[in-house]
Amino acid sequence: MKALRRSLWGDAWDRIKKDKIACGCLFIIAFYGVVSFLAWIEWIATPWDRVVGLAYRAPSLSSLELILGTDIFGRSVFYKVIQGTRIAMSVGLVSSLISIPIGVFFGAIAGYFGGWIDDLVVWFYTTLSSIPNIMLLISITYIMGKGLSAIYVALGVTAWVSLARVIRGEFIKHKSRDYVVAAESLGASHISRIFNHILPNVSHFIIINLSIQFMSAIKSEVILSFLGLGVQGQPSWGVMIDDARLELSRGVWWQLAGATFAMFFVVLGLNMLGDSLRDALDPKMR
Amino acid sequence: MLFYIIRKIISTIPTIFGVALIVFILFNLVGGDPTYQMVGRHANAQQIEELRHEYGFDQPKYIQFSHYLKQIVTFDYGRSYATKQPINQMILNGIGPSLSLMLPSFFVTTILAVSTALLVAYFRGRAIDKICVIISVFGMSISMLAYILFGQYFFAYKMGWFPISGYETTWPECFQYIALPMIIFIIVSLGYDVRFYRTAILEEVNQDYVRTARAKGLSESAILFKHVLKNSMIPIITNVVIEIPLLILGAFLLESFFGIPGLGSITIDAVHNSDFPVIKAMTTLVAILYVIGNLATDILYTFVDPRVSLK
Repeated sequence: MKALRRSLWGDAWDRIKKDKIACGCLFIIAFYGVVSFLAWIEWIATPWDRVVGLAYRAPSLSSLELILGTDIFGRSVFYKVIQGTRIAMSVGLVSSLISIPIGVFFGAIAGYFGGWIDDLVVWFYTTLSSIPNIMLLISITYIMGKGLSAIYVALGVTAWVSLARVIRGEFIKHKSRDYVVAAESLGASHISRIFNHILPNVSHFIIINLSIQFMSAIKSEVILSFLGLGVQGQPSWGVMIDDARLELSRGVWWQLAGATFAMFFVVLGLNMLGDSLRDALDPKMR
Repeated sequence: MLFYIIRKIISTIPTIFGVALIVFILFNLVGGDPTYQMVGRHANAQQIEELRHEYGFDQPKYIQFSHYLKQIVTFDYGRSYATKQPINQMILNGIGPSLSLMLPSFFVTTILAVSTALLVAYFRGRAIDKICVIISVFGMSISMLAYILFGQYFFAYKMGWFPISGYETTWPECFQYIALPMIIFIIVSLGYDVRFYRTAILEEVNQDYVRTARAKGLSESAILFKHVLKNSMIPIITNVVIEIPLLILGAFLLESFFGIPGLGSITIDAVHNSDFPVIKAMTTLVAILYVIGNLATDILYTFVDPRVSLK
């Protein structure tokens, strides 16, 4: 009878470790993370805009730069895919860093205080979610001007609604539980009850939400960049797919294939990891 | 019942007001003076002044806001900056092509996805179920753009089965133009839908009434197709609302790829032309459509689920 006292996190970690698919997904995501980090500190795939061969050279195994061929300017498509990975991962990370605090804050105060605060927050996020995401994203990037920072902000301020909904629901459930009442009788303030007592007990929902949010941020970045509203002058996957529109009829498939496959694996990994995390962390799902 | 519907309709007013407020704040306050984005860099002071007067940007903000609210109520959004057409006329012209593409796609997807989900729920835990789930997850991980590009390249350009792009307003001719975008939309959304409906149906399978039905000797298929399907209508209707943003995104991308002159194409063109009034009108309109869609499902719930209280 070992492991009688196991925390939710320890238990979840054990479950994830036993789950081969989840481990595979974690490995894929970590790999993407490392690649983006190395590209960010300019150790690999730099400079990406150097001419490495003739225009539209087909993929060949002769060197790493040419493994995915070249684009219209003779630049290495493989390097562009890596730079695209860096941009996609940074969009996922930064937009999550913006949206999670907003979602947790609004969800927590709405669920905890109830009353008019709850009404106001719910009205606000119902309204916000009534404006379809793509329209909101287009408006924000239109207003802020095109570029990577507009994408960070646009995705950050639109993606918090689903997290706020979940957190609000959990706070409503938790606020009258014994441990919170006990904390109150010991003199814990509202702030202390929200952040020290209840939040640690609902924080696993943030992790479950994170992988889904990361994934949809990556997908949205690709679509916005494709529409010409996103990254300017840098090789995003969306821009590469947009280029491929005109290249396909000339038989140039490698730019589309590179961007699509790079995106496929990370989205697949996040998708399946999200499921595994839900199974491991949400006690209701067992 | 009627009272309930009226109450639901009234309850959408704060949301629509909120949408108007957010859109107004975004476009007219945060964005600074919209005239600069509309005219671009090469404009003299007089042009800017004229434009500002024409669109009422020189008036106080609260008058601009009340003017905008009036636009929403009267469905008169003024004129487009790029094409000088009345915006409501542009919307009316665009709504037909958009609906003729998205509505059939959506119905076919839902029917296909629900029947596939019922089938895999029937074989739950067996190989066919697992294969279907794996295919769905793989399918939903591929970018929609890749499906569209590949579909257009392979089926329209290479094989020549469909026209590459274009549109015809008359009925039988327009079908050849919307067929390929329809097929692509169905394939794109099938993965997500099948997985969603499968989960919804499997949740129902563990309910008590299913055990009762089994205990009284009903066959598994009768349980699934009669009892479970009826009770799964609630998550199915819910998903219809969840899908609306995907429908809009699909309309955007498919219309602009296949040259269908619908609402999506109008918006994309407006974005490329910095056509401020059109982007604002489209954002408002799509949000209101979404609110109406939500309202419709709320009312639909009362028909399929007697537990929904009308009080």
